Amino acid sequence: MNSPEPLIFEISSPGHTAFSLPALDVPLAAPLPADMLRAELPLPEVTELDVVRHYTRLSQLNYSIDTQFYPLGSCTMKYNPKVNERAAAIEGLSQVHPLQPEDTIQGSLELMYALQEALKEISGFAGISLQPAAGAHGELSGVLIVRAYHHSRGDARRTRMLVPDSAHGTNPASCAMAGFSVVEIPSDRRGNVDLEALKRTCDETVAGLMLTNPNTLGLFEEHILEVCQAIHACGGLMYGDGANLNALLGVARPADLGIDVMHFNLHKTFSTPHGGGGPGSGPVGVTERLAPFLPGPIVAWQGERYRWTMPEQSIGRVKAFHGNYGMAVRAYTYIRMLGAPGLRAVAENAVLNANYLRVRVAPHFPSAVDRICMHEFVAHGDVPGTDVRALDVAKRLIDYGFHPPTNYFPLIVHDALMIEPTETESKRALDAFADALASIAREARTDAGLLHQAPHHTPVTRVDEVKAARNPVLCYKG
Amino acid sequence: MPYIPHTPADQQAMLEAIGVSAVADLFQDVPASHRFPELHLPPAASELEILDELYGLALKNSSTGCYATFLGAGAYNHFVPSVIPYLASRGEFVTAYTPYQPEVSQGTLQAIFEYQTMIAGLTGMDVVNASHYDGATAMAEAAIMAVNVARRQRTKILISPSVHPQYRQTLRTYLSAGQAAVAGDENLRSTLADLTGMLDGDAACLIVQNPNFFGELMDVAGLADAVHAAGALLVVVANPIISLGMLKPPGDYGADIVVAEGQPLGLGLNLGGPYLGVFAAREAYVRKMPGRLVGETTDTQGRRAFVLTLTPREQHIRREKATSNICTNQGLMALMAGMYLATMGRQGLRAVAGLCYHRAHYAAAEIDKLKGYRVVSRAPFFNEFAVQCPRPVADVNHALREKNIMGGYDLQADYPHATNQMLVCVTEMNPRAQIDRLVAGLASA
Amino acid sequence: MNLDTKARYSESHEWVRKEGSVIVCGISDHAQQELSDVVYVELPEVGRRLARGEVFGVVESVKAASDLYMPMGGEITAANEKLPSSPEWVNQEPYGQGWMIKFKPADPAEWDSLMSAEDYERSVSGA
Repeated sequence: MNSPEPLIFEISSPGHTAFSLPALDVPLAAPLPADMLRAELPLPEVTELDVVRHYTRLSQLNYSIDTQFYPLGSCTMKYNPKVNERAAAIEGLSQVHPLQPEDTIQGSLELMYALQEALKEISGFAGISLQPAAGAHGELSGVLIVRAYHHSRGDARRTRMLVPDSAHGTNPASCAMAGFSVVEIPSDRRGNVDLEALKRTCDETVAGLMLTNPNTLGLFEEHILEVCQAIHACGGLMYGDGANLNALLGVARPADLGIDVMHFNLHKTFSTPHGGGGPGSGPVGVTERLAPFLPGPIVAWQGERYRWTMPEQSIGRVKAFHGNYGMAVRAYTYIRMLGAPGLRAVAENAVLNANYLRVRVAPHFPSAVDRICMHEFVAHGDVPGTDVRALDVAKRLIDYGFHPPTNYFPLIVHDALMIEPTETESKRALDAFADALASIAREARTDAGLLHQAPHHTPVTRVDEVKAARNPVLCYKG
Repeated sequence: MPYIPHTPADQQAMLEAIGVSAVADLFQDVPASHRFPELHLPPAASELEILDELYGLALKNSSTGCYATFLGAGAYNHFVPSVIPYLASRGEFVTAYTPYQPEVSQGTLQAIFEYQTMIAGLTGMDVVNASHYDGATAMAEAAIMAVNVARRQRTKILISPSVHPQYRQTLRTYLSAGQAAVAGDENLRSTLADLTGMLDGDAACLIVQNPNFFGELMDVAGLADAVHAAGALLVVVANPIISLGMLKPPGDYGADIVVAEGQPLGLGLNLGGPYLGVFAAREAYVRKMPGRLVGETTDTQGRRAFVLTLTPREQHIRREKATSNICTNQGLMALMAGMYLATMGRQGLRAVAGLCYHRAHYAAAEIDKLKGYRVVSRAPFFNEFAVQCPRPVADVNHALREKNIMGGYDLQADYPHATNQMLVCVTEMNPRAQIDRLVAGLASA
Repeated sequence: MNLDTKARYSESHEWVRKEGSVIVCGISDHAQQELSDVVYVELPEVGRRLARGEVFGVVESVKAASDLYMPMGGEITAANEKLPSSPEWVNQEPYGQGWMIKFKPADPAEWDSLMSAEDYERSVSGA
């Protein structure tokens, strides 16, 4: 049976075209030798109307923030303001080549500098680089900075990085890419890093601790000051995963709490859109002593002009050109629209919404840890007394018109449903979601099959992931 | 407050349900001494005020539209068909999340599957991932993949100095923890023969760019054989990617991994980002590939459906043993590139490539006639070529700017032996009249 | 949970069985149940020498990818070549067709430090 929308190759018809180009206006040059030329060019042949219909109809198969509530924990699926898009499309700001001379891009440089300064103010850090293109890219940069710092002091023994067992998978993956071995630190029953286990592990082979605060259970680290002190006392550095910064805007500055280096996620906290898998942007912020190691180039103000500059002991380039500048324009626009009171209101309302939703769903789906949460919470998504698992609850939510919460993560809670409403959802939207979960809990007891087969009302139903993995078909073959 | 929907009555009702009296009560876990710092930021702006400010910043830029632009060197001034920003700005694409729930993401998944297919055809390879951050990071990940394919028994990366300088710098940063050593570009004038001469049992891969950074087409005859005979992988950087509308794809001459910068495929210049890291490989290596992969399968009703697959390779499952740490990539950019390839199609991509090729050759021929100027290389080229100038490139470009011409890249910045050499790029955005202005401008520069 | 009573078991759920001078090795029925549908198995090259506890391969399901650990040290003499294209054998016949590697043990005495079938069953079900 066919997919809801044919593949573009299936609506291709020889001779159809959709492009518009000027005619050749110069003499034909001698062609290249035949063995340098390609024979076939296997691309579709469709009309412009075909293109418009195809992609418009594909878009209609998606859920999105613009159409549905998306309470994905740790993703901060807040409303993506449209003024951001208008800003990023301003021709004078977007039609600029990365290698243009600095004096022709002073406007863009000024914007990037202003964003660097704003992020410093928000986080308390002394230096910012906008180079990393995503959170994981910022993490890699950050752990390379940790490594470079220790090496600069002649200390090559610090080969271990501590990572809580609740950490996002990118944390240990980034450590491995930077040559560190990963040591897992357990969480205690209140969801904090086990302080005693941490202190026992701290020694002169520890490069640092990668901490997400609030953590992936949505909980503020109750011993944050002691944790930072323990790591600093043994000569290590504190890396902060800034994915959950939405709970801290105007509430606390990571640098004040003892974080030495942190990445931001502009596509989470600062409202730039997810795009179905990016582009994001993962700037990295550091304290004074780490500033020389930032990935570059960064923007400096040199009294008369803005200039690109490479920090003196920079870890180097982490990509070509200048970071995901288009996302920087959007994030800057957002920060300017909110101002300091607006940013604090973001955190306050994100945390208010999460706690409200937590108490509303608790009767049916209790939280993993019974504490005031920050901007997100983790609930047990199975229904005791039935064989309904979190996966089934998640899929059934789709039939109610909601995108499921995160349900593969964190690994330390069984049947986890990680729910982050964000500050841009109204009380009415939250009540509707809570009501849907209550209804699903009732269905689990009366008609579990309905949940096991869910979703029922989508363009495609549950897919055969085993087949896709056993016999991967990654291209259309005709 | 912009974007926050609560009224005081809403907040009151919610606080009561939670069982606290004030919002501040929710933050008791934050150390008191650091709670609620005052942030010194510019006052909040309304929509029209911030747009006004941004238009003001735009006026401090000179965008490429103000000039006849002949600057390439890894980022290219190409025409973006009108349908692309129109379709790519649909909220269902822009504000969707990563397609982890296939039942509600078939739009994104199918569009990426189509992108994967088109790029596979374009590069002559078997499998394509859903994107890296850019061409440079794609290349770095290709090197890491080559080491993994060799089960970390081979830890040397050979790279030609004629690969984009910023790509080589990025590679070194990615390998700075010592997982592999980089060699081959210490001598900036090394030839392909020098490079193949360095192949041994420790080389995991050999990386070339074709056309190279100077625009020259490389003589790849026998290259793959030499690399494979040494047990290594051939990695080709296919920049600029538009050249694949005309040139034999690297898959046809034995590449094992092909990477490229996808920006020319409808993405605009944006000061360097967001761009698109294109990554393609041979089927045999698919399980060692980094990045997301969309595969075809069926649903419970037997309908064809698309899903993220081979995910155990990725960070959220494999964690420290993942093929890469990549999570968020450049998904919307891959979508746009797919739209571009569908819109241009089989004939259109050839036409764009043809315009670039013939106009660049016309420009080269005319510049070569100028007194004091000389096209440096006699090698075949696509749409970029190095020009020997009589004076430093910065001075020549300064004179050109006075005539609203943005000249090419100063090669001496990265290659000290390329004294006063400018890398000129010509695309379908440069009509003949602009090229003639460039020639006249150079003559009087 | 199915067991091969002639086999011995490691804590990481591999089983070993004697076959003349070589040892045959795979993963237990309990392990395949935990993984659910196996989609791919990565096996080592013949000739490789690995110590006890070293990783000899990877078994992948849709949701997980688990390293496979040598229950005893030795030199790989065979890998089940057909397994990567029929990974479902790991689920269907974990002790039979789903065998993974054969190796010549470096130290046969390491057999004795592995668990018997009853001990393994006890360690998994409750203890």
